[in-house]
Amino acid sequence: MSTEALPNIPAVSPKEPMWDAQRRRALIGVRLRRAGVYAVAITIAVWVLLPIWLIATMAFSTPQDVRAFPKALFPNPISLDSINFFLNADGIIRATGNSIFVALLAVVLSTLLAVPAGYAIARYMFPGRDAVRLVMLSVRAFPIVVLAVPLAVIFLQLGLFDQPFTLALMHTALTLPTTVLVISSVFASVPFEFEEAAQVFGCTPLQAFARVVLPLALPGIAASAILTFVLSWNEVFAAILLTLSNRTLPAHILYNLDKSSDPFKFAAAFVMLVPSLIFIFFIRRYLFNMWGQINK
Amino acid sequence: MTEILIQNAVKRFGKFVAIDDVSLTVQEREFLVLLGPSGCGKTTLLRAIAGLGMLDSGRVVIDGRDVTYLPPRERGISMVFQNYAIFPHMTVFDNIAFGLKMKKTPKPQLTERVQNAAKLLHIESMLERYPSQMSGGQRQRIAVARAIAVESPIILMDEPLSNLDALLRLEMRAELKTLLSKLGVTTVYVTHDQIEAMSMGDRIAVMRAGKILQLDQPTRVYDHPVSQFVGGFIGTPPMNFLHGQVQKNGAGYRVKLGDYHLKPPADLEAALTAWDGKSVLVGIRAEAMEPTKSPSPDAVQVNVDVVEMLGAQNLLTARIGDDTIKVSTSPDFQVAVGDAIWLRFPENKVRYMNPEDGQVLNAPSLEKVLA
Repeated sequence: MSTEALPNIPAVSPKEPMWDAQRRRALIGVRLRRAGVYAVAITIAVWVLLPIWLIATMAFSTPQDVRAFPKALFPNPISLDSINFFLNADGIIRATGNSIFVALLAVVLSTLLAVPAGYAIARYMFPGRDAVRLVMLSVRAFPIVVLAVPLAVIFLQLGLFDQPFTLALMHTALTLPTTVLVISSVFASVPFEFEEAAQVFGCTPLQAFARVVLPLALPGIAASAILTFVLSWNEVFAAILLTLSNRTLPAHILYNLDKSSDPFKFAAAFVMLVPSLIFIFFIRRYLFNMWGQINK
Repeated sequence: MTEILIQNAVKRFGKFVAIDDVSLTVQEREFLVLLGPSGCGKTTLLRAIAGLGMLDSGRVVIDGRDVTYLPPRERGISMVFQNYAIFPHMTVFDNIAFGLKMKKTPKPQLTERVQNAAKLLHIESMLERYPSQMSGGQRQRIAVARAIAVESPIILMDEPLSNLDALLRLEMRAELKTLLSKLGVTTVYVTHDQIEAMSMGDRIAVMRAGKILQLDQPTRVYDHPVSQFVGGFIGTPPMNFLHGQVQKNGAGYRVKLGDYHLKPPADLEAALTAWDGKSVLVGIRAEAMEPTKSPSPDAVQVNVDVVEMLGAQNLLTARIGDDTIKVSTSPDFQVAVGDAIWLRFPENKVRYMNPEDGQVLNAPSLEKVLA
């Protein structure tokens, strides 16, 4: 891109004014486009990162610093008082336990259901295959409210109300469409020839699945499981609707929000954030894979 | 005795008939090549032998046992796939050992057989590596090693060399042929590459539109194609097809080609009576003609339009009547564009075909050949 290199290339005559102007315009175009891409990327990054940064710094500041204005860029001194206060607050540990239980159960249930379903959609032509896919997607299009209220009624009638188990069922129902579609795309990316080769060399279809397809799809399945975990961990509406005394962490925090101090809120936000951040960090490779690169 | 018997096989995909009533016998230890353009059903037929994809009707018998409804693992076959289908999450060793592990082969025996197979394919130093760290040619070798390690009497190959570059393909072709004949296995080999088919096969089955057109030794298929399609599909350049006219010549017949007359062999006389005065196709290989630079009474004069010097041969293009003809000559045969040359058509090298359906006149029926 440097102009000095130009005289070495005799084919492009720099003396011709036409050429020069065209070339300069092209260069400017390329640079402008690149600058534009960077500007957009930086804006999005800042948009996402700024609140996270604010929450993180505030969570580790002393309560005095939290109330001060303007806010410092770094917490000084670093203090664990807010976090400690939050973790020792009434019902937090119990709510965290509920959250973990609900999220893990939702992960187990949705994975157990989605793996066979996803495999069937990926591998078999059956009547209504496209319809199944479409219906699942459209379930995803309903707002949670539409699903949660009738489900709450059913759970009440069944006497399953106010139990973490019930909420896990609800979260499974919520995440299942996404999980099935993601896992089916993971299976579809494992060439069918692998299964055929396994069968030729002595496997039953089930063995071929277990020995060849499943290991290859495992990263994708793990990614979707983590996605389910994060979704369940963050889900508030159904959690508030379906539980009363057995609240999950976000429901509990939200319920107590107006009674809480600012340091408590920041600490709560930070504790809510961390698992998601960790998980996203681990699965980002698989997420990229899922949208395009897994087929080689 | 390990022979493969296919009887009246039919396979449809929706309305498309992939295999159209094919019967075929593969002899023990034979290297049979299924050859044809894409979509001719050759891979479908191979998969039917393997048990991948069930036939709509017909039978597959392997070694006297009807395996039509048996899954692949119970057929006593192994296979090399077009895209190798090497398992990426296993080391080379585990890939080659896969079939043996499924058969619960004892460990020492398993290790020995994996190492033998790897040695035959010259990949014994890479057993601990993963396939992703290996080149296309090496992956190909893993796939073949995996197929021979199980020591099944039948190996099926689905265009195994089509993903290799030209030089590697040439190398592997020779190597595979030696290896498979040394192992003494029955091989069914699918390819669309006629040179591969010619060079490797004991017999070639030329397929088109779900049917086997011709099943014979490579030289027979090359010299005596049963139809215009087979003659045109096999050989580079393809067989020449010229339009000639059958004329009465005393008691027998002759075929007029421009201002030149071909004398068909005596055993064709009977078939030619039906063609008196009509046009037939005259097929001849580019290298079967004898070109000279001086006039000869039994040769036809043509003018050279194009000269291609290909090193091993000079390929000339000329015209006879309305037809273009390619003539392969030795590189010493020096001619320039526009020169007149004379071509002699040796009687036993000329094939006569029906211009309507491309079938050879008085062709032996396929049933007789297959029997």
